[in-house]
Amino acid sequence: MHHDPVISVERLSKTYAGGFQALKEVSLEIRRGEIFALLGPNGAGKTTLISVICGLVNATSGRVLVDGHDNVREFRAARERIGLVPQELTNDAFIRVWDTVAFSRGLFGKPKDPDHLEKVLRSLSLWEKRHNRMITLSGGMKRRVLIAKALAHEPEILFLDEPTAGVDVELRRDMWEVVRQLRDSGVTIILTTHYIEEAEEMADRIGVIRGGELVLVEEKRTLMRQLGSKELTLHLREPLEAIPAALGRHALALAEEGHALVYSYDASEEDEESSGIAELLADLEAEGIGFKDLNTRQSSLEEIFVSLVKEKAQ
Amino acid sequence: MNLNAVKTLYQAEMARSLRTVLQSVVSPVISTSLYFVVFGAAIGTRISEVNGVSYGAFIVPGLIMLLLLTQSVSNASFGIFFPRFSGTIYEVLSAPMSYREIVMGYVGAAATKSIILGLIVLATARLFVPYSIEHPLMMVLFLVLTALTFSLLGFIIGIWADGFEKLQLVPLLVITPLTFLGGTFYSIDMLPPFWQAVTLANPVVYLVSGFRWSFYGIGDVSPVVSLVVITLFLAAALAVVERIFRTGYRLKP
Ligand SMILES: Nc1ncnc2c1ncn2[C@@H]1O[C@H](COP(=O)(O)OP(=O)(O)OP(=O)(O)O)[C@@H](O)[C@H]1O
Ligand SMILES: [Mg+2]
Repeated sequence: MHHDPVISVERLSKTYAGGFQALKEVSLEIRRGEIFALLGPNGAGKTTLISVICGLVNATSGRVLVDGHDNVREFRAARERIGLVPQELTNDAFIRVWDTVAFSRGLFGKPKDPDHLEKVLRSLSLWEKRHNRMITLSGGMKRRVLIAKALAHEPEILFLDEPTAGVDVELRRDMWEVVRQLRDSGVTIILTTHYIEEAEEMADRIGVIRGGELVLVEEKRTLMRQLGSKELTLHLREPLEAIPAALGRHALALAEEGHALVYSYDASEEDEESSGIAELLADLEAEGIGFKDLNTRQSSLEEIFVSLVKEKAQ
Repeated sequence: MNLNAVKTLYQAEMARSLRTVLQSVVSPVISTSLYFVVFGAAIGTRISEVNGVSYGAFIVPGLIMLLLLTQSVSNASFGIFFPRFSGTIYEVLSAPMSYREIVMGYVGAAATKSIILGLIVLATARLFVPYSIEHPLMMVLFLVLTALTFSLLGFIIGIWADGFEKLQLVPLLVITPLTFLGGTFYSIDMLPPFWQAVTLANPVVYLVSGFRWSFYGIGDVSPVVSLVVITLFLAAALAVVERIFRTGYRLKP
């Protein structure tokens, strides 16, 4: 399948003045119109990567193309396509919401467009607050103002550096909704997050960065299928002392003091027959082991992520 | 060129000082008026004339220069330091603006503010002393060049400073002494020969002298020399700003 990259990061390295190397030859292509989630522990280099792309940090080597434009030599063409929501809550305390959002639009050279600003502010539930000074807003509202500022110039690409840090659950849902609508309107979105559920819920593709290295880039679906192991738990009518020898060929474990049998299998197998569930159930029947209930569980992206980061760390 | 962006930045900077209009306009006007009262009216009656100009009138150009220098430096240094300090600078740095456009926005606004202030004080001075302006166009040229140069200097200070102390240190330790020793309140030929020579190393002497010449046709040095010195100063400041942006010093890690 051919994918049209909207951002190409080519062998990008960054060594800060102190000598610390925050990015090590990172290469990455962001596809037009996707939601890309960048995951990684604190200090992994997520913000550094975004900052280099947006022109806030000078790269040590490598280059970045934004829609084919080199982000240093053709910085105007590259930057006018990008909207950035920074990780830190930064704002001028005394400016009013409307003014700061209009300011952002102006900086990107766009003519005034009150209708667009109104649309953006409404979609982020900030319309009622438009005359407020920033200092009178709550943290979550300030974060949304930063998003409104980033959207003020109608960017094609939106970077969200931990957009939902400090935002309550309900608002987080609203923000996801805004992000989805943006994606539907054709905006490419790159977000970093510590909430795995966010990546799981939103992303088309996921990149994992650790120690300045991109250790994985994968379709979310593939990732969950590849790495996702499943568990089937059978709650037995009669407790078992040990697993009967006749069931030895199945990957079984006893749980709940013999009241439950846990069967682990690989959900990544494409053909369902090989999951072995049918055989297991047949063998149970033959052994006369009855069960009153069963449930299955698939490991979440969080578990995948944690195991991945640990694995690479060793 | 992203003119819209320059305009936006410029207007935002102007609006910021309107929010603190009391601090940015009223206080310099009051303090300069006090100078007129003390130096012009009180002391001036004891000093008859300097180079054929009444003392009160003599200090008018000097005081306006003093105001112009200090205001340009403080406006511009604060204008760029504040967004660096609060972090909002990210927005300007990630906008499709060249560094020249960024400088135009910040420095242009700072210089405009100090020019407006200078004119307000010039008008205020009228209440205290009668004065004339022999070369109005040259007066405006000196006013603009000085405001621009020292706003650039302030901009550099605002980028260099990594705390509020440093932001206030340079104006306090460098700019203020230089202006007071720059012939604001006296003609340098009132000094002993040795100190006259030392004083000529002070760039502010040339600014004050040139500015005073545009008022009364008299000066410590020729107006051409003044103009050359201030142009060199402007060029040096521009070169430093260019270097700052090329290397990303204190702006882009
Ligand atoms: N200006 C700087 N100078 C020196 N080192 C820096 C600078 N900015 C970041 N670093 C270092 O680079 C590394 C990566 O930082 P970065 O902010 O990119 O991490 P991150 O993945 O965004 O982390 P988090 O999840 O905490 O936001 C860290 O070790 C950090 O200390
Ligand atoms: Mg970060």
